[in-house]
Amino acid sequence: MTPDQFLVTVGGLAAIGLIAWFFWLKRSPGVKASIVSDGYQEQMILVKGGYTPNTIRVTAGRPVRLLFRREETAACSEQVVLADFGKSALLPTGQVVPIEFMPGESGTHEFTCQMGMLRGQIVVEAA
Amino acid sequence: MTSTLHTPATDPAGAVSGPQTAEATHHPAAVTAPASSPAHDRQAEYRTLMRKWWFGAAVGVPTMILSYPWLFPGLRDVFTRGGAALWWLWVAMGVASLAVLVYSGSQFFTGAWEALKHRSANMHTLIAIGTGTAWLYSTVALLFPQLFPSAEMTDVYYDVTVVVTALVVLGMAMEVKARGRTSEAIEKLIGLAPKMARVVRDGVELEVPVEEVVVGDTVVVRPGAKIPVDGVITDGVSAVDESMITGESMPVEKRAGDEVIGATINKTGAFRFRATKVGADTTLATIVRMVGDAQASKVPIQRIVDVVSGYFTPAVMILAVAGFVIWYDFGPAPAFAYATIVAVTSLIIACPCALGMATPMALTTGVGLAASNGILIRSGDALQAAKRIDTIVLDKTGTITLGKPAVTDVVPANGFDVDVVLALAAAAERDSEHPLAAAIVESAAERGFARLEPTSFEAVPGYGIRALLGEQRVLVGKRAFLEAKEISVGALEEDASRLADEGKTPVFVAVDGRAAGVVAIADPVKPDSRGAIAALRRLGLQVVMITGDNHRTADAIARQVGVDRVLAEVLPVDKAYEVRKLQLEGRTVAMVGDGINDAPALAQADVGFAIGTGTDVAIEASDITLISGSLHGVVSAIAISRATMRNVYQNLFGAFAYNSLGLPVALGVLYPFIGLLLSPLLAALAMSFSSVTVISNANRLKRFKLAEVSA
Repeated sequence: MTPDQFLVTVGGLAAIGLIAWFFWLKRSPGVKASIVSDGYQEQMILVKGGYTPNTIRVTAGRPVRLLFRREETAACSEQVVLADFGKSALLPTGQVVPIEFMPGESGTHEFTCQMGMLRGQIVVEAA
Repeated sequence: MTSTLHTPATDPAGAVSGPQTAEATHHPAAVTAPASSPAHDRQAEYRTLMRKWWFGAAVGVPTMILSYPWLFPGLRDVFTRGGAALWWLWVAMGVASLAVLVYSGSQFFTGAWEALKHRSANMHTLIAIGTGTAWLYSTVALLFPQLFPSAEMTDVYYDVTVVVTALVVLGMAMEVKARGRTSEAIEKLIGLAPKMARVVRDGVELEVPVEEVVVGDTVVVRPGAKIPVDGVITDGVSAVDESMITGESMPVEKRAGDEVIGATINKTGAFRFRATKVGADTTLATIVRMVGDAQASKVPIQRIVDVVSGYFTPAVMILAVAGFVIWYDFGPAPAFAYATIVAVTSLIIACPCALGMATPMALTTGVGLAASNGILIRSGDALQAAKRIDTIVLDKTGTITLGKPAVTDVVPANGFDVDVVLALAAAAERDSEHPLAAAIVESAAERGFARLEPTSFEAVPGYGIRALLGEQRVLVGKRAFLEAKEISVGALEEDASRLADEGKTPVFVAVDGRAAGVVAIADPVKPDSRGAIAALRRLGLQVVMITGDNHRTADAIARQVGVDRVLAEVLPVDKAYEVRKLQLEGRTVAMVGDGINDAPALAQADVGFAIGTGTDVAIEASDITLISGSLHGVVSAIAISRATMRNVYQNLFGAFAYNSLGLPVALGVLYPFIGLLLSPLLAALAMSFSSVTVISNANRLKRFKLAEVSA
């Protein structure tokens, strides 16, 4: 093995490790939804190439209102689906679309675009 | 927040969730198209993508030719390898291809960056890395050829950058267009929503926007007009075309007391009705909400696909890096160029979109197709379950039969006339509250018999009634009732027995101490039940009829319609238990009922069908709701479910097969054997077509011929 081949191999392995770590292993702690005047836990989510924030922490047993605002026209993100809560909504560009649900027991629930390409999660924590 | 227009999301219960704002009018969640809708967004997106495609194509054609000038006789002499002219030409191509990347391919780079910020990767990431790498490699080779060990490695790949960008953009444009077609059904439903209504206020007929109609309003409908909201006719007779809601092509005759559905079209007469459901409560609004939710739900198999696609894109990136390393270490010279091309091709050919779209596109089209035939499929789970059923339980009353007893035969005794027997029986029964009495009275009224007034009337519960009509003493009831009065039924006994064998209930009539005739009453079988049951059996289903009737009546109906099995004398509370027993036999059971008193059985069944209703309660209790009362709807629903699931599997197979064949070929596994290495341009073409193929296959469902299934 020549020195350049050695360097490319080591560099390639490092790149593979970096990709696996970056996309699969590192997880952000997420954002805790704030409680608003009507008692809901509320969080605004920006839809642009993904969901920002993409991890929302909520407390079990208190109603949640997620406010989705889509700021792009790419067809991929035109719909958001919260399959575990049986909810979905079309997201017209530039409009705020609320989705409300009552989180039950603690656990993690995904929300995705219709094709499952854009992903976020709702982490329900015990009260 | 309050200054922004909120578009409410919906839930399956039909409740509108989310706050309403000042912009919302009387019925905020009624069926209206917002100013900015996904359909509008799609149009704008399509136009933008097509502009980008044309720009990419315009640059792409000369770039393709000028990347290989030595292949063309005229150019070969002008642009010689290593010459200054070729170098300057490639510099110009570098600038032009950068322009394509910036204009036509901008969404790949911004999309990749946005995804990266979310620690995720998608199609944009793959295309951005692929085209970006090809451009960077070419530019470095052009500007710093001394960095490369051989001159062969300094060829440029600007054509890859431009053509891949252009083709993928074209694929995206076609995808946007095709996606629009999959959701046409719901857009058509939304388009049915009436705009104006004629109501009577303070005795004056006014035309008002449909949002201003309130429950209790008297609404006037002229011939040819669209019925604005749901209600009950108070005055007038007409035929109404309900095909857009129920899927039934024949107009339905409507008179006072009948329900009308908003968005259906009045054909012949004029009538007035009292509004009972407006805004978000109308049948149309419920359907639109339900179809939208079902289209966005997930087929159970999608959950497996979701797991795969969660790992897919980073896995492709890892494979591309691994491919680069292997080709660099073990590939032929020039190794760096080969390794780069292999990595770029692998990134471009992988298509996470085809995988992601396989199920949702088929589901959207299938649920939409069902809705346009008056079939409301509640979710992807219901669809997948409907595909698996092997036994179907039909509730008799209201499902196989009309659910409304009617006089079917009148057999007079010697010396009596049919009309006289019926007229006397109807007059005698006029004040009776027995359900069979209502059938006799209604039958006489339909035949236009004058109403006779009984001078005296007495009901003997469980036996019959006694009435005096002028001078005539009339008895109507069971045989035992007549015999108790020492009236012999004589030859009528034979007729009564025959009628009972046909599943009908015989009622004897006697006048002045003589048996006058037998009136047979039955819940008539719906005209199309027999055909629909035959079609269900052709689909390979075992058809079971369940009823509270006695075995004799049940068997008679069963013979008429041709079911495989009869469960008779089943109390309403035990229907769910009978369904459970069938399930314990290892069967996957669908239950069909009218959704009113069958709720436990509908819930117990693997798939519950509510038939002949569009009410929220029935929709809640069932997995699939048929707005029309015809059993053919069940046949159609099962056929559509099977076709949709077949489409889902075809799409998933196609997407998996494409990626699992395309990726290894792009990585060059065939090179050691047959010397085949895929061009990145071909990879781009394949990638664009794979996602378009998935959507086109889903759209094929729209051509599904229901008539052939029911025939």
